[in-house]
Amino acid sequence: MIRVQNITKRFGDYAALHGIDLEIQDGEFIALLGPSGSGKTTLLRIIAGLEFQDSGEVFFNGEDVSQRKVADRQVGFVFQQYALFRHMTVAENVAFGLSVKSRRERPSKAEIRARADELLRLVQLEGLGKRYPGQLSGGQRQRVALARALAIEPKLLLLDEPFGALDAKVRKDLRRWLRDLHKQMGLTSIFVTHDQEEALELADRVVVMDHGRIEQIGRPEEIYMDPATPFVSHFVGETNRLAGPSGGEIHFRPHDVELVAEGGQAVLVDNVFRKGGFWRVEGVAGDALVEIDVDAALPAPAVGETLRFAPTRQRQF
Amino acid sequence: MSSTSLTAGRWRRPSVLPGFGLTFGFSLAWLTLIVLIPLATIFLKAAGMGWSQFVDVGFSPRAIAAYRLSFGTAAAAGLVNAVFGLLVAWVLVRYSFPGQRVISALVDLPFALPTAVAGIALTALYAPTGWVGQYLDPLGIKVAFTPIGITIALVFIGLPFVVRSVEPVLADLGKDVEEAAATLGATRSQTFSRVILPAIGPALLTGFAMAFARGVGEYGSVIFISGNMPGKTEIAPLLIVTQLEQYAYEGATAIATVMMLASFSILLLINLIQAQGRKRMGA
Repeated sequence: MIRVQNITKRFGDYAALHGIDLEIQDGEFIALLGPSGSGKTTLLRIIAGLEFQDSGEVFFNGEDVSQRKVADRQVGFVFQQYALFRHMTVAENVAFGLSVKSRRERPSKAEIRARADELLRLVQLEGLGKRYPGQLSGGQRQRVALARALAIEPKLLLLDEPFGALDAKVRKDLRRWLRDLHKQMGLTSIFVTHDQEEALELADRVVVMDHGRIEQIGRPEEIYMDPATPFVSHFVGETNRLAGPSGGEIHFRPHDVELVAEGGQAVLVDNVFRKGGFWRVEGVAGDALVEIDVDAALPAPAVGETLRFAPTRQRQF
Repeated sequence: MSSTSLTAGRWRRPSVLPGFGLTFGFSLAWLTLIVLIPLATIFLKAAGMGWSQFVDVGFSPRAIAAYRLSFGTAAAAGLVNAVFGLLVAWVLVRYSFPGQRVISALVDLPFALPTAVAGIALTALYAPTGWVGQYLDPLGIKVAFTPIGITIALVFIGLPFVVRSVEPVLADLGKDVEEAAATLGATRSQTFSRVILPAIGPALLTGFAMAFARGVGEYGSVIFISGNMPGKTEIAPLLIVTQLEQYAYEGATAIATVMMLASFSILLLINLIQAQGRKRMGA
């Protein structure tokens, strides 16, 4: 179990983290989700030991590792830009963590080679061990980085924007593959992302962060269906905001509406386009811009028409 | 597309960078004018003197001692520069501190300084009565007028080459690579020897090669501090000048030819090693 307790961190005048508390169970797959500057990468680096907190503690299985150096924490870390050793072959990269062990702990050369082959098989790069990183595609490099991190048999796997530098198609394939790999290995993992889709698809629990604070922790459907704060509601998924009848704001998703004959909210249609099984209607309601989805079985609303709708599910903030 | 590339020969493929013919032709003409023709005249002169005379002069005991001294001290100075130049480059890239720009400018000073000035200054420092020499002399360490003094002068001359060739590569080698090594359990010294050093190796070799080449040809700063005793502290470039002053043009060209061939072989070898390294990294 990983426990982070009251972590704060400042960079000069800038407060990156304010009193973060977080508990992660064994085998969980956790996403740290937030916009840039939210402190998610700083938190990940503090857990890894690449950065040190100003105050607070980090516990691995009840053991205080707050002052322990990164090399002694036994965490696997996958960097955003892969950080592969360009002058080493793929196999040498993967074997690096084993080959730098002290002579007493170091496996024999043959064992190291066998382990590297096994890991390359696991990340589906069998037979590419003799290549250099410069000869691989982005997706392949990312998998080498993962195999290299797994070689030291980490207790915890940390991934910093693991798919950030990849194109959309490769991203999607790699995402699915990583989820299967996590199921298969059951290794406690934390990954940082600014992509909500990635977080909601992969993680067992999502930690939404903003301005160095945790806004909400929950399972993906909780985060999506019951956002705890206006920030989460706005940041995760598409959200319309209207002024509430008794002050405050009402938030609702474009797909959580029904058309009504009378009453409800009037919207003057600006633009209509097909989005999957719906017509996406963009329009003006009062002084706010809203987007609502209308069943595509109905005729397309015309631009300039006024529709009336009522949210079927809404949150009041 | 494929048929044109076939007819045009294997090494000339259609390229998005036009003008290969023009630029290559111009570079070749320029190199010929500036480098090749002057060097060729030396060969021509040397060729006119006959093989046995060439060997007599070019490989006389005095000449061989001079080659040994020149190449030996240049290699030693290149090695010293490789170590300390790397250190300077490291400090300039990895840390920020007050006066950084001043130090960076100081590094280039040996390029700009007239070499004779450097030679005179160093001699004044290291002569048995000089600021530094007076403390070394009682310890039995003689620097001025010995190969050590020559090496010091060449270290001074060659420093910028290593610093300036290593600096950009070191800056390009991201911090995350070092962090990756640390997460994998590597100690600082393992990270240095197995991750950083191999990555900057080619640039370091380039810096060494340039410092070495400059050292072999260096004349101005060395002649003051070397003492110029034939067979002991007489460098090959000085031997050439001495021959010229005695109107022994054949001797001068013979020695110049030997030096040129040796330098060219060494530089070519270093280039080949680097091409091999680049190919391995798949770049």
